[in-house]
Amino acid sequence: MSHHIVEVCDLRYCYPDGTEALLGVDFRIHHGESVAIVGANGAGKSTLLLHLNGCLVPKVGQVRIGDCPLTPSTLQQIRRTVGMVFQDPDDQLFLPTVYDDVAFGPLNLGLPPDEVEARVRHALDTVNCEHLSKRPPYKLSGGEKRSVAIATVLAMSPDILVLDEPSSNLDPRTRRKLITLLQGFEHTKIIATHDLDMVMDVCERTIVFHKGKVLADGATRDIFSNDALLEQAHLERPLSMNGRG
Amino acid sequence: MPKIESSLFEIGVLDQLAFQDTPLHRIDPRIKLITTLCFIVTVVSYNHYEFSALLPLILYPIALSASGQLPGAYLWRKLLIASPFALLIGMFNPLFDHSTLLQIGGLSISGGWVSFASIMLRFTLTVSAALILVASTGFATVCMALGRMGISKVFTTQLLFLYRYIFILTDEGLRMMRARNLRSFDKRGTGLKIYGSMLGQLLLRTMDRAQRIHQAMLCRGFTGDIRLNRQFRLRSTDITFAAGWLTFFILARTCNLPLAVGQFVMGIAA
Repeated sequence: MSHHIVEVCDLRYCYPDGTEALLGVDFRIHHGESVAIVGANGAGKSTLLLHLNGCLVPKVGQVRIGDCPLTPSTLQQIRRTVGMVFQDPDDQLFLPTVYDDVAFGPLNLGLPPDEVEARVRHALDTVNCEHLSKRPPYKLSGGEKRSVAIATVLAMSPDILVLDEPSSNLDPRTRRKLITLLQGFEHTKIIATHDLDMVMDVCERTIVFHKGKVLADGATRDIFSNDALLEQAHLERPLSMNGRG
Repeated sequence: MPKIESSLFEIGVLDQLAFQDTPLHRIDPRIKLITTLCFIVTVVSYNHYEFSALLPLILYPIALSASGQLPGAYLWRKLLIASPFALLIGMFNPLFDHSTLLQIGGLSISGGWVSFASIMLRFTLTVSAALILVASTGFATVCMALGRMGISKVFTTQLLFLYRYIFILTDEGLRMMRARNLRSFDKRGTGLKIYGSMLGQLLLRTMDRAQRIHQAMLCRGFTGDIRLNRQFRLRSTDITFAAGWLTFFILARTCNLPLAVGQFVMGIAA
């Protein structure tokens, strides 16, 4: 199953105001891998994620999803493959009810009503939010919003999940539930986060970003044991690794 | 600013009411929309001195809110919130129009007062009909019904998004306001200049958010149509509902029912 590879080659991006966010990024993520993207604020993590399903178009370099490069003509296909969960669920939940929101993607794919119904039920069931289906999104708690935002993406059956700060603003138990949920997914996962303890639980591989470049790329445990590297990238050892070599 | 907060919360109540399952809620949204529009047209079509002929139309909001189990007190409160607009429109009539229109005992009532009362009555009727429509259908479904009836989707989509994001926008505004209040003392920091830059800030944030929402929509295959997985079905009860009320409106409009009843009673008495 080589078609779920995510490959980024010499990716550079400069915002219209002149801020250089990415200065040549290279990596390759294989099928089924779970990879954390970590780094200081402004290191380019979010900019990178926006490239992975074409919200931003590379100025220089290339993004390849599976066998095809990301271009305007492959955009629809790639958006079907790569599901993106935004940092702020309020940006992602824009319809009057949770049901409508989860059904939005499948309906846009042109699926028949029965299939849409089945997918919505299944997606909501996966994140344990079936009981919320008739509620308006603005009435949900932060944790519920996050789960529903994940369901909106799952309903499109993507092969690759991209999540931006999935554990931010969650209480410890909700965060734990989210971690269990993520561990249960067989998708290729790319997670940008500051929650290094979650990374320990969910991702076997970590890519460290620093000033728009990849500073390190390797096994999570190795990276988090390298104090000099963490210091340089404005990071700290996760709490769960304190006291352990 | 807790006032804004609480009145927004009250909008939420309107939405909750729409989740009930009553005979009124089951009526096809398009039918309710058309009937409401016909009702409003009927109400505003009367002569501006008309008052008594309008009275039978009160039956419509009363019957609907009863069959939809909508709390009268809540609707009445909403009416009161909107009433200053109608008051402002009507309040000069009694001052300018002194021609005597009615003589009750020794009391002469000027045309100004009659038209003022007429305006307030029309306001009550039309606004309560609109409130009942939303409370029994839900804002989103009203938007969808508008769309199905051929209203441009640019307009209906805007309405839908306005309703969804008004909560977040006020929340953001309130948070900014709170942050400013906490750091301003003795009226310093509350001037118009600060206010202006806060508004600008809010606009920029809103534009940023709009961009992110648009990206989120594109990620899920948005191509210009908001699709909702809901079917509308026209049943015989819907037709009966519309036909019944339209007949009533025509009847009320063409003959002055209170006058007819009055004459009938007088006829029996004589």
